[in-house]
Amino acid sequence: MPRHTDPSFSIITPEYGNLTAGQKVFVLLAIAGVLLLVMGTSGTYGPSIWPLMLSLLLISIGITGFGYLQYRTKAPGIHNDGVWHRNLTSRGLISLGLAGLLTGFYILLYFFPSYLGLRADGNHGLIGFFDPLSLWIKRQPASQWFVYGVMYTLAILLFGFKFLWKYRHIRYQQLRTISVMFFQLCFAFILPEWMERLNRPSMDLKNMWPLNYSFFFEWNLNDLIQNGTWGLFMLGWGIALILIISPVLTYFFGKRWYCSWVCGCGGLAETAGDPFRHLSDKSLRAWKIERWMVHLVLVIVVVMTAMVLYTYVTGNSRILFLDSFQLRSAYGFFIGAIFSGVIGVGFYPLLGPRVWCRFGCPMAAILGLQQRFFSRFRISTNGGQCISCGNCSVYCEMGIDVRQYAQRGQDIIRASCVGCGICAAVCPRGVLKLENGKIRIPELKDPFVAKASTKGE
Amino acid sequence: MTSKDGVVIIGNGIAGTTAARHIRKQSDVLITMISSEATYFFSRPALMYVYMGHIRLQDTEPYESWFWKKNRITLIQDHVLSIDPAQKSVALSSGNSIPYRTLILATGSEPRKLNIPGEDLDGVTGLYSLHDLQYIEVQTQNIKEAVIAGGGLIGIELTEMLYSRGIKVTLLIREERFYDTVLPMEESRMVERHLEELGIEVIPMTEIRFIEGDTLGRIQAIHTQHGDRIECQFAGITIGVRPNIAGLHCPGLAYKSGYLVDQFLQTNLPGIFAIGDCAELRNPDPDRKAIEPVWYTGRMMGETVASTICGNPTEYHPGYWFNSAKFFNIEYQVYGKIDPTISSDPSGVYWEHPEGCRSIRINATHDKVTGFLLMGIRFRKEVCEHWIQDQTPVERVLAQLDAAFFDSEFSARYGHEVRRIYETRTGRSIRPEMMPIQRKRIGMTSAR
Repeated sequence: MPRHTDPSFSIITPEYGNLTAGQKVFVLLAIAGVLLLVMGTSGTYGPSIWPLMLSLLLISIGITGFGYLQYRTKAPGIHNDGVWHRNLTSRGLISLGLAGLLTGFYILLYFFPSYLGLRADGNHGLIGFFDPLSLWIKRQPASQWFVYGVMYTLAILLFGFKFLWKYRHIRYQQLRTISVMFFQLCFAFILPEWMERLNRPSMDLKNMWPLNYSFFFEWNLNDLIQNGTWGLFMLGWGIALILIISPVLTYFFGKRWYCSWVCGCGGLAETAGDPFRHLSDKSLRAWKIERWMVHLVLVIVVVMTAMVLYTYVTGNSRILFLDSFQLRSAYGFFIGAIFSGVIGVGFYPLLGPRVWCRFGCPMAAILGLQQRFFSRFRISTNGGQCISCGNCSVYCEMGIDVRQYAQRGQDIIRASCVGCGICAAVCPRGVLKLENGKIRIPELKDPFVAKASTKGE
Repeated sequence: MTSKDGVVIIGNGIAGTTAARHIRKQSDVLITMISSEATYFFSRPALMYVYMGHIRLQDTEPYESWFWKKNRITLIQDHVLSIDPAQKSVALSSGNSIPYRTLILATGSEPRKLNIPGEDLDGVTGLYSLHDLQYIEVQTQNIKEAVIAGGGLIGIELTEMLYSRGIKVTLLIREERFYDTVLPMEESRMVERHLEELGIEVIPMTEIRFIEGDTLGRIQAIHTQHGDRIECQFAGITIGVRPNIAGLHCPGLAYKSGYLVDQFLQTNLPGIFAIGDCAELRNPDPDRKAIEPVWYTGRMMGETVASTICGNPTEYHPGYWFNSAKFFNIEYQVYGKIDPTISSDPSGVYWEHPEGCRSIRINATHDKVTGFLLMGIRFRKEVCEHWIQDQTPVERVLAQLDAAFFDSEFSARYGHEVRRIYETRTGRSIRPEMMPIQRKRIGMTSAR
């Protein structure tokens, strides 16, 4: 095949995305909201909550209205027309710009929050603009994390709404999207903020170790232990999640119960990240890198946590050449901030929305190991009806080459599969189905190679 | 081992590629694949998704380039001019010739032509090859109207492609209704309704008589046999395919429409096999056709011929007929026998969703189930074939119907509704029951 060189496939790009009048109105509303937000950073609006609320309302109406109009007129079905032709979704200049913006925002957020207006003696700028809302919700001035939390939650809710419209013909997609929207709004946002208002230790009750790597840090343990029943409950809950709830649910349903139904990182990937899911790398090489990397992070987080606990118990921070305080701050910097934040979300428009989940998340690694070896979950194939078209592989956000299994009629049992179900949705021949069947352990060999004999010629 | 002992495969589509893969699984013999269309195997049914922007051209290739090296399959992009069965060699247009011990012809199909005036104008084409796709890409830039002739699978795929680019499509069908050789009346009408809702005009019982061009040799309209003129800047001729056997000279090789083969897929010449779309079975199995140009039969033939070549002579018995496709948003699956001429079999059942975009048809002869046709609903092939194989009574199938649903979790299952249809008609009542869990493989045609 004249690979990627034929001009008819690269020079000519059809015109897509001519917006309807209605869509233009909603785009303008959203832009107005963003402008108001930018103006608000100058501090001109004083302590009033209303300019911020108006701004967020305009952005919300803009995004949901746009998403609604985008799919309302289309018959229920798969709508991936032009995905690889549009600039925004095919690593064009626009997506590069968007990646730059997101990455820049994350760098400010993690490392230079003062540029966002964080100040001990009274916030200004963007964070100051959020102060009235923060004061109203939890009676404390905003922090960069409050601002981030509001934006993150809004993103999942608004783009989740769009996703619901896009897949309104598939019940599974609807339910899991409503689920991530619910968990983000209630568990990750409202409940912790409310606990802070009550001056209680606050915790995202679904954010489990090792994704929540600071769970066993001494300040957290002390905080929980010193705060009565509620604190002890949260300590117990966190440990029960790790030891009982998660293994049981993963056994019955696979890691999807967490990764695409509950998790906040997954929630953002599935909603705001959905337009970029096809950008994940499907090559065998990428899979090899993934396995090394994600398990390495798991090893590091386990070692770090063990050392932190050792320090907590003994007061001694040094084991051999490692210092538990240095190790934890290095982990927080490289893994917690740069990997999961800056690259994980900033690179959505270039590498797809699951880069963190696939290459970095230690939680996904643990659940993945269990899914691979001790779970009833698999994607089953329907009697060799695969036409090898590749839609399943292309739209797998985790970069699983689903087609390699489907075209051989093999069940797909892969550690990284988050069970989003999009492969089954885009399959034009009805070949794939997510199932919880009887436990089946796949053979430990490279499934991609037709068995070539090792004998010489 | 010398190249004289090798297997040469002409054509690298699904049939040829499957043969190569399965020969390599069983043998270390030298394997050479020759194709003039493309270096690497790609999925032909996926070409439409490239045009629609769902995937890229390289995504249609099921194997990365290292796969061929790792499995020691030599790929040659060249055109085969002739075969010398006496010398056992093939001559290429580059001037090279390649010796073989075993030759597999897997040359596929080519689009049928109407043989009418104007068919060679710019903007008139079928859809089969990679080249066709590239041609369509160029010819449909900035056009407004297109006419597609032919109410089959490729016709509706081409319609969907053009529709995705905002081109107004008129679909001409020679017959009274859509895909009438395969679909019963109700299903045909369902597809036609769906097309109508999308704004696609379907004109039945209409053929193109000639195509009108402008002074530059470009299409500007088609004329039907009724004397109507339809303006368009593109015409797709999708009236089916025929075996691609022209242009390959091989003295003594027997052919009719395709290369004639026996049950072992062997031609009349020793050491030469033919598989896939280009093969014509001398004695097809009951209920199967001599030429079946579909993806799945190509794959099964490739698997079968590989066994034979590797010293395990295997007859080609494809088992029960099955196929699947998608008509825009309506998925279609068929298992076993469906007679398109009867709209309601006396002992079978047809249920249609009130919204008119899903249906379940169970075909039966003397109360024994013989086939399933699903629209907008996925059924599990294993279960359907099991019922057909066991000649299961209709009532038991209806009782166990939920076991067949393959739609995603939480989707509605329609066992109750289908049973209601049957109960109302017969006055009998059916109690739903679980299907005993059976996971045995049926037939020889596993996908592996």
